[in-house]
Amino acid sequence: MKSYIVQLAAARLLPVTLILSLLVFYRGHNEPGGGFIGGLMAAAGFIFYAMAFDTQEAEKKLRVSPLMLIVAGLSFAFISTLPSLFAGNPFFTGEWISLIIPLLGKLKLGTPLLFDFGVYLTVWGVIVTIIFNVMEE
Amino acid sequence: MTGILIYLIILLITAFLSPILISKGGKTAPWLLGMVSAAGFAWLLGFTGYISEGNSLNYTIEWLPELYLNFSLYLDGLSLFFALLVTGMGALVLVFSGNYMKPYAMKHRFFFLILLFEFAMLGMVLSGNLFTMFIFWELTSVSSFLLVGFNHEKPEARNAALQALLITVAGGLAMMAGFIMLGQMAGTLEINQLLKSGDIIRNHPHYLPALLLVLAGAFTKSAQFPFHFWLPGAMQAPSPVSAYLHSATMVKAGIYLLMRLSPVMGGTPEWKYILTITGAITMILGGYFAYSQTDFKKVLAYTTISALGTLVLMLGIDTDISIKAAIIFLLVHALYKGALFMIAGLIDKSVGSRDLRKIGGLNKVMPVASLAAIISLLSMAGLPPMIGFIGKELIYEAKFALPDIGNLLLVAGVMTNIIMVAISLALIFNLFLGPLKYPGERPTRPAFALRVGPSLLAGISLIFGLFPATVADFLLSPAIKSIRPSIDSFKLSLWHGFNEVLLVSFITVAAGVVLFLLYRKINPMLTHLNTEVITFRFADAFNKGLNVFLYLTKRKTSFIQSGYQRFYLMAIFIMTSVLAWYQLIYTWPEIESISFSRPGMFEMIILLLIVSSTIIAVLIRSRLAAILSLGAVGYGIGLLFIVYGAIDVAITLMLAETLVLVLFMVVIYHLPKFTNFSSKASRLRDAAVALLVGGFMTGLVLKAGQLNLNPKISDFYVENAIPLAHGSNIVNVILVDFRALDTLGEITVLVIAAIGVVALLKLKTKKGSAT
Repeated sequence: MKSYIVQLAAARLLPVTLILSLLVFYRGHNEPGGGFIGGLMAAAGFIFYAMAFDTQEAEKKLRVSPLMLIVAGLSFAFISTLPSLFAGNPFFTGEWISLIIPLLGKLKLGTPLLFDFGVYLTVWGVIVTIIFNVMEE
Repeated sequence: MTGILIYLIILLITAFLSPILISKGGKTAPWLLGMVSAAGFAWLLGFTGYISEGNSLNYTIEWLPELYLNFSLYLDGLSLFFALLVTGMGALVLVFSGNYMKPYAMKHRFFFLILLFEFAMLGMVLSGNLFTMFIFWELTSVSSFLLVGFNHEKPEARNAALQALLITVAGGLAMMAGFIMLGQMAGTLEINQLLKSGDIIRNHPHYLPALLLVLAGAFTKSAQFPFHFWLPGAMQAPSPVSAYLHSATMVKAGIYLLMRLSPVMGGTPEWKYILTITGAITMILGGYFAYSQTDFKKVLAYTTISALGTLVLMLGIDTDISIKAAIIFLLVHALYKGALFMIAGLIDKSVGSRDLRKIGGLNKVMPVASLAAIISLLSMAGLPPMIGFIGKELIYEAKFALPDIGNLLLVAGVMTNIIMVAISLALIFNLFLGPLKYPGERPTRPAFALRVGPSLLAGISLIFGLFPATVADFLLSPAIKSIRPSIDSFKLSLWHGFNEVLLVSFITVAAGVVLFLLYRKINPMLTHLNTEVITFRFADAFNKGLNVFLYLTKRKTSFIQSGYQRFYLMAIFIMTSVLAWYQLIYTWPEIESISFSRPGMFEMIILLLIVSSTIIAVLIRSRLAAILSLGAVGYGIGLLFIVYGAIDVAITLMLAETLVLVLFMVVIYHLPKFTNFSSKASRLRDAAVALLVGGFMTGLVLKAGQLNLNPKISDFYVENAIPLAHGSNIVNVILVDFRALDTLGEITVLVIAAIGVVALLKLKTKKGSAT
């Protein structure tokens, strides 16, 4: 499957897919999307890349090992549960803060966002790990 | 009482520090560890005054009071008696082990285990709640397992350890059930309260099952017939372990439990008959086997079984005098048997053998140890002026005082004691006196650390025998009173005057001497009888039973765990759909009408796409096309979701469908060309399974439309998504906020799946490269 056209397309599409996946992840709280879908999209981008080149190239492009994505994802998801304990609320209560950022306006940040980011990274890492490993077989 | 808790904690910490101390501390380390134990002994000794006035101490930390579970400690005469035994013997054994274990490479592990055992055993006897006791009880079983299997390179040691563990832990489990029943009956598991509710328990309809379960625990731990066989096997352990666990303390745990619960469960005919019969059989059997052994440690092991049988028998007789006899005999036995096991270890170490036929006349090379051994053996024979004499006289007295089965028990007891006398004399005259015999090099004089324990114990046997009144006052009376508060005065003396008991004692000794003179003739005959004629072995029967069980387990496992994924999937599919079908058919009449709305043009087209793709996937002979048409089915369903407004679900489904397609492609790429692997019959079977599952899903969907699910749940999410979770996408809000814990669990499962895939593939690659 070493086609130059496919390779070019994969290389150009990868950043677009990643940005799109981040957008889908971020808007997920209010509109269709979210960490799970975002993670699947990001993984799809890399799998397309791996099919066009090979898994080694794709892993190089990823810079970190897919296992690190999983580790980071689960850690974020777990860390997001902790602020509720410090705030004296039941475990896993969503804690929110509002930031006023110039130009962008009011930004609401909360532990569910961090948790969702954890889901995003974990799903991304898990799918990439499984498919890369099967592809290498 | 907090002091006792602190001492227990210190003991545990000492156990964990001991490996470092032993490997760094050199010669003094075992002495230091012995000091820790001796300090506990001395400190507990300080309680004797207070306890002997009839007081008791209780200390409770609430744990789960609703289930009567507490961490409690309780100190009365009985637990103090046992605690002194555990710490005192512990100190001597630790010092003894310091020298004995020197050549072992793993000696630091040994000290850890033996201190862990001391902690467990001390905790067990000091427990004030039956569940606290159960936990410590199991800990003693586990540490015994590790100590019996200490020489784990030897398969016999491993077998013996496993056998001891399985038997004692099985008994422990039964005992736990018995404890739970006791808790249900009395409404408490605290010992000091249980002691008051004996009448409720004895008159409860569940008394007998509870009793049997508790007895199962006590009998397995204390090696009663027919569970006795693990104890001789446990002699694979190093000698200090035999001296400490398997004669002086752990095997007495069952006896302790019986004594503890005697005021609660004792005094009924059931208690009396089960205990006396089991005890009597164990007593005689132990005596017979002891007489026919040629290994010194095996002789001691079987005499221990016999002694444990005697103790159970005494508790079963359950009169004032028999309780007294039990307590004093327990002390007697711990003293002489602990000393003798240490001497067995010492002989093994300096002579290199324990075979009674090959060794003799040891007093010429080890005079001090031989003297200690002879004193201890005289105590075992029940000869004056040792404390063993007093113990035996009391036992006879107890049997005399029993009207109905007393005579029978007396005969059994006399027979056993005749054997004890014969064995003791045989050991004294053959092993320690007489001409010097040894198999290898000339034995050397044992080190001081090896001699100190047995000499002290033998000295105590003698002193207690000469001055029994003192020990009775401060140690034995309180213990007896906590079993039987009605006994107030307790006098012990060496000389009882001429009475029938003394007469029986004379007969015992005379017959014992005769049996001793015949020892050399009878012993080989019995050995022959035991090895050649009676081929049945309890231990072998147990092993066979275990093997049959393992075989059946393997068969069952290989049937269920076939190793073929198609069978696993089939099992899951068939089970699920059959169960669901049952429920569907069962509730079908409730569905009154199924109303279909007329689907629109768009939906019809999607439906056509899905159905035709399915048919193609089934019929087509190209794998690639089959997978692509399966993908088309998935996308079609995704489209349906879009039509009905479930955008999130649709996106997720389509992405997942894409990735699964990719995965399939990657796998297909490696497969050989399309061939028919499966026979027509198996394809028909698969079709049937598919129809079953598909049908059940259809039925489920139809039914789901008719169900009145609680609308409050979805209303709650709709109403609270923005105020509580600050998000308007309900699906996402549920995932990351309302049900975030579920999501955390799900992504963890995903990660585990990924690790599984990696492990599976990497493992396979490694294997492939190796071959």
